[in-house]
Amino acid sequence: MGATHLPSTEFDGLDVDDQLEAQAEAVLGAPDAPMVQLLSPEGTLGTDPVFSEYAARLDAAKLRGFYADMAKIRRFDVEATALQRQGQLALWVPLTGQEAAQIGSGRASQPQDYIFPTYREHGVALTRKVDLAELLRQFRGVSNGGWNPKDTNFHLYTLVLAAQTPHAVGYAMGIQRDQKLAAARAAAGGTGPERQAPKAAVMVYFGDGASSEGDVHESMVFASSYNAPVVFFCQNNHWAISVPTAVQTRIPLSNRAKGYGFPGIRVDGNDVIAVHAVTEWALERAREGKSPVLIEAFTYRVGAHTTADDPTKYRGSEEEAQWRAKDPLERLEKYLRAEGFADDAFFEQVRADGDELAAYVRKTTHDLETPDIRTAFANTYAEAHPLIAEELAWFEDYSAGFADEAGAGGSGNQADTDGAAS
Amino acid sequence: MTTMTIAKAINEGLRATLANNPRTLLMGEDIGPLGGVYRVTDGLIREFGADRVVDTPLAESGIIGTAIGLALSGYRPVCEIQFDGFVFPGFNQITTQLAKMHSRSNGNLTVPVVIRIPYGGGIGSIEHHSESPEALFAHTAGLRIITPSNPHDAYWMIQQAVDCLDPVIVFEPKRRYWLKGDVDTDAPGRSADPFAAHVLRAGTEATVVAYGPLVPVALAAANAAAEDGHSIEVIDLRSISPIDFDTVTDSVRKTGRLIVAHEAPTFGGIGGEIAARVSERAFHSLEAPVIRVGGFHMPYPVAKVEEDYLPDIDRILEALERALSY
Repeated sequence: MGATHLPSTEFDGLDVDDQLEAQAEAVLGAPDAPMVQLLSPEGTLGTDPVFSEYAARLDAAKLRGFYADMAKIRRFDVEATALQRQGQLALWVPLTGQEAAQIGSGRASQPQDYIFPTYREHGVALTRKVDLAELLRQFRGVSNGGWNPKDTNFHLYTLVLAAQTPHAVGYAMGIQRDQKLAAARAAAGGTGPERQAPKAAVMVYFGDGASSEGDVHESMVFASSYNAPVVFFCQNNHWAISVPTAVQTRIPLSNRAKGYGFPGIRVDGNDVIAVHAVTEWALERAREGKSPVLIEAFTYRVGAHTTADDPTKYRGSEEEAQWRAKDPLERLEKYLRAEGFADDAFFEQVRADGDELAAYVRKTTHDLETPDIRTAFANTYAEAHPLIAEELAWFEDYSAGFADEAGAGGSGNQADTDGAAS
Repeated sequence: MTTMTIAKAINEGLRATLANNPRTLLMGEDIGPLGGVYRVTDGLIREFGADRVVDTPLAESGIIGTAIGLALSGYRPVCEIQFDGFVFPGFNQITTQLAKMHSRSNGNLTVPVVIRIPYGGGIGSIEHHSESPEALFAHTAGLRIITPSNPHDAYWMIQQAVDCLDPVIVFEPKRRYWLKGDVDTDAPGRSADPFAAHVLRAGTEATVVAYGPLVPVALAAANAAAEDGHSIEVIDLRSISPIDFDTVTDSVRKTGRLIVAHEAPTFGGIGGEIAARVSERAFHSLEAPVIRVGGFHMPYPVAKVEEDYLPDIDRILEALERALSY
């Protein structure tokens, strides 16, 4: 890779797989890692020596699906922001501007892959078929999670920055071991395909801000040490709340992968076709056990970091306008129309579907039930725990003392907690 | 029944769990060919291979974090942190992630990770190699914390920790690694509740509660007190979270006096929690205030003065004298 004659250790060359090196170099390209783009902001499809092949796998129906997902999740984002403003959610983390990065990558994953999101991956959640109303449980303050990750292989949101990145590597190490155990079982007599663990990979999302956290470094070291089947998907949306990317890094974030010894690719994060192609390539590579990959999706968070901050305090409107001109939905719409893949009726239908989703989310959010605190007692430990039992017994006794006051109809401890988080 | 040191007992316990469960694996720095800096994992990589006994990069957050991922994918990782004072780079993963994964997933996910931490002083070592940070973890709901004081418990408790569905931190009393004792490797040990305290010595005038490295000190103090005609009960707490308050309270109801001894600083420590609970549960049985014997409110001092810092027999006897004077 690059300066190939510089040994990294005195044992250099002993276990270098030349083929892997060559493959990696084909993708790494020049030292400054140019950005992969297939669909221009004007909606014209370009070519790429490696990734055009992946783009060619996409037919009109798939591309329409990409558009429909992006439009849906943007409509959802608008609705959730409104719900927060109306006091129905404690906080919201908008994704507008990052639809292509999320839908393109999420759609490239397969059901057996496991996804670790950060807390803005609503679009990825959509591609994994997570009920979007469930996503709002955390933001409404009725759960610290909200969905069962085992149902969709889409993990819970993680609010501690980058903490999920080593989890992803560990999970990927688990997949490696599953395959070895399956192989051992097969060698012991089994022959059927059910004895093979499905080839799977892990994808973990984090932002440009989180890239400064030590856990990203440690997880990339581990991923490299054990050649774990993991794809690091960094959405560089240019702002860590109010601190720009320039304070996080002096080089393209994708270039950091070289330091760990695996490929890093910068992709136009507003180009859903390129994101999908690059992610599909990376996940295939990971599933085959060739190497981890870092993808940097170069994109922009058009709105605030969360509904608690005000971007006008820290960045100029010209910058925002520049990025709006690269809008991921508009460019795909131009392409779909130009190719005759979609017409007015399609876009009308997408709008109608979005409104329907928004109405569903609004209604379901209002209906989300406030949990009983007894569930928190029940879920702190997986096995019985005497301190929990003692405190719960005290709480029951204490609550029973209010039974008269609550009147005939009531479970008194819930009476005041129903309704909006503030 | 066989005789071995605590270090060997943990080694044998790990060997048994690796042999019994193909999804158990060990992770940590230098645990492979070196066998760990205390040789607790000695020989295991030869027997089980590098996929089961994983020498990791030098990164505590990475070790704990990847162990969480392995547990989420169905494995039972046992992490070794080389020394107490080096657990803090992994503190975030332990407290914000490991401890909370089950609760924030509404009970859908379990993360049965075991973290082994050699802890405590008395080995003449340098900075960060002699600390007792157990209270920092005990304060975090979602974790379980145990600390064996003898080879038999060490052999069984490490295996029970691996079997537990909850995350368990095993604080290993490093200055007792070479303490020898009988280990019954047959079933009875396994059936004992790893989170239950054990009354090691019966007595009538006062109770001394200790755990980990101070258990032999508490027993020696009780023996010395017996020579002066006092009957002292000694309890090995074994589990720091949860704490077996029933056993402690029952003892205090009988003796009327309680001393809690640990190496960690007394301020904000486990001793304070035990004192408070016992005064809530058995106030009318107490003949004297609960007295704590522990470290001072200072960073663990340099090795040349650690004998002045560490609770010893005389410090426990002084506390007993005060308690008995009421």
